Amino acid sequence: MAKKEVDDRFKRFGTVSFTAITKANDFISYLEKGKVMGTRCKECEAIYFPPRSDCSKCLQSNMEWFEVSGTGRLLSFSELKYGPVGFEEDLPYTIALLDYGDYKVFGRISKDLPYGDLTVGMELRTESTTLPNGQLSYVFKRP
Amino acid sequence: MEKVGIIGVGQSSFVRGYPGSIRELAFEGFKEAMEDAKIHTKDIGASIIASAPEYDKQRSPAGVIAEYLGLVPQPTFYIESICSSSSMALRVAYSMIKAGLHDVIAIVGFQKMSEISSGESQERMGRGADIQWESPFGTMMPAYYAMYAKAHMAEYGTGEEDLAKIRVKAATYGQINEKAVYRKPVTLEMFADPESTMSATVAKPLRVGDCCANADGSSCIIVASEEKAKALCDKPVWILGLGAASETVNMAGRDLLTGLKVAIEAGKQAYAMAGVTPKDIDVAEVHDCFTIAEMMAYENLGFAKPGEGKDLIGSKETYKEGSIPVNVDGGLLSKGHPIGATGGSQIRTIVLQLRGEAGEMQVKDPEIGLVHNIGGVGLYGNVTILGR
Ligand SMILES: [Zn+2]
Repeated sequence: MAKKEVDDRFKRFGTVSFTAITKANDFISYLEKGKVMGTRCKECEAIYFPPRSDCSKCLQSNMEWFEVSGTGRLLSFSELKYGPVGFEEDLPYTIALLDYGDYKVFGRISKDLPYGDLTVGMELRTESTTLPNGQLSYVFKRP
Repeated sequence: MEKVGIIGVGQSSFVRGYPGSIRELAFEGFKEAMEDAKIHTKDIGASIIASAPEYDKQRSPAGVIAEYLGLVPQPTFYIESICSSSSMALRVAYSMIKAGLHDVIAIVGFQKMSEISSGESQERMGRGADIQWESPFGTMMPAYYAMYAKAHMAEYGTGEEDLAKIRVKAATYGQINEKAVYRKPVTLEMFADPESTMSATVAKPLRVGDCCANADGSSCIIVASEEKAKALCDKPVWILGLGAASETVNMAGRDLLTGLKVAIEAGKQAYAMAGVTPKDIDVAEVHDCFTIAEMMAYENLGFAKPGEGKDLIGSKETYKEGSIPVNVDGGLLSKGHPIGATGGSQIRTIVLQLRGEAGEMQVKDPEIGLVHNIGGVGLYGNVTILGR
């Protein structure tokens, strides 16, 4: 009897993933295709980023994917000089939060955008990326 | 309405590398609180043990600790809301006493952070955030609070030196608190001196001096029904108000980055329950895990208007002699932050202040005190108001 395949795509998210299995695993396949996706509830139109599989507004689980597109406003950011175990190779790096109006996106600033060039309120876009260790993620870049 | 009183408080010294096990550490805070309350273990109806899991190999620490403290066969259980665990345990104890289940309850908070390395500790604390969507980016507590600092600076023009002033104040009192882990002075010059460790960047704009000291420690608060408290204790301190709230784990779910909504909400609840306003608070303990956290607490609790926290610390109003003394025991910054023990230690400080037993740290004749205790990055918030 063939062994049942385990869908553990999410272990590929970020420098170190702490989650392997989630109903939102398609997020990873979209990243592979260069797309950063959130979810929208088909029942009540609630919008979610990070994507959710279940709607907390109407308690239904009927979601569709939408692409994070255009630019978001940089709400805040911080450059880390120390990192957790497993992230030493990435240092220094800058985490940030973008406001897209209907939703916000938390992530990292692209390495080619120097910390000194960042200001709260500037517009940035979100782009998928493959990390040096082969993992998949997304970064914030200039429009 | 029946009141609930605090009849005994205790804490261990907050130290680096406690030379004992978690049950022995818990014993230190418990023994001091029992001697303070002058009661016997048989007087205690139940115990609640509070800490953040993952630091210990021991699964379900409540049983082991209750046995070591001589609190078997009374019921015991574990409460966890990261750094606000012992305040949350106080909330639960309050409700159990009000419900009439028990008339005396011991709340024992503890944390032996030195069980694991500093890097592992940061990684575990980072996992108090959203492990699915945020931890893969390499997040850590200081970096999250640094984002709040950056947003506060952008919105209100708060400066790095305004934050440093909060650490200077903390160190002023850490020096005179014999239970503090960091007993040395900190000056603004140290923040400006590239040779000083205080000035080293952790996560911009926060520096080493802006971050609390990890420590091992335990605390214990003994609460009792009004009848028992009056019978057992000469100077009971009453729980006047309790507030608690939660916030989204993921930063993407938050719409305020210049303050903590849990503190605003929990504060509102506690003020309403106690029937007091921020002006009535004579002494406060706030959760200064980072300097920016104390700055936001001033504003979220109504001690200062949003953006005016810098003026409050600038004019030294939060010093012992000021209009609203805050963290005059050294705070988490200098006294230390053994996660599960922190809330109990804050409550102990306010109880000693209200009894007039705070020694060198005593503020002048306080009647009402407040404790602000936050779990995670504004994930859980507890505000407790105490009175004589
Ligand atoms: Zn819905």
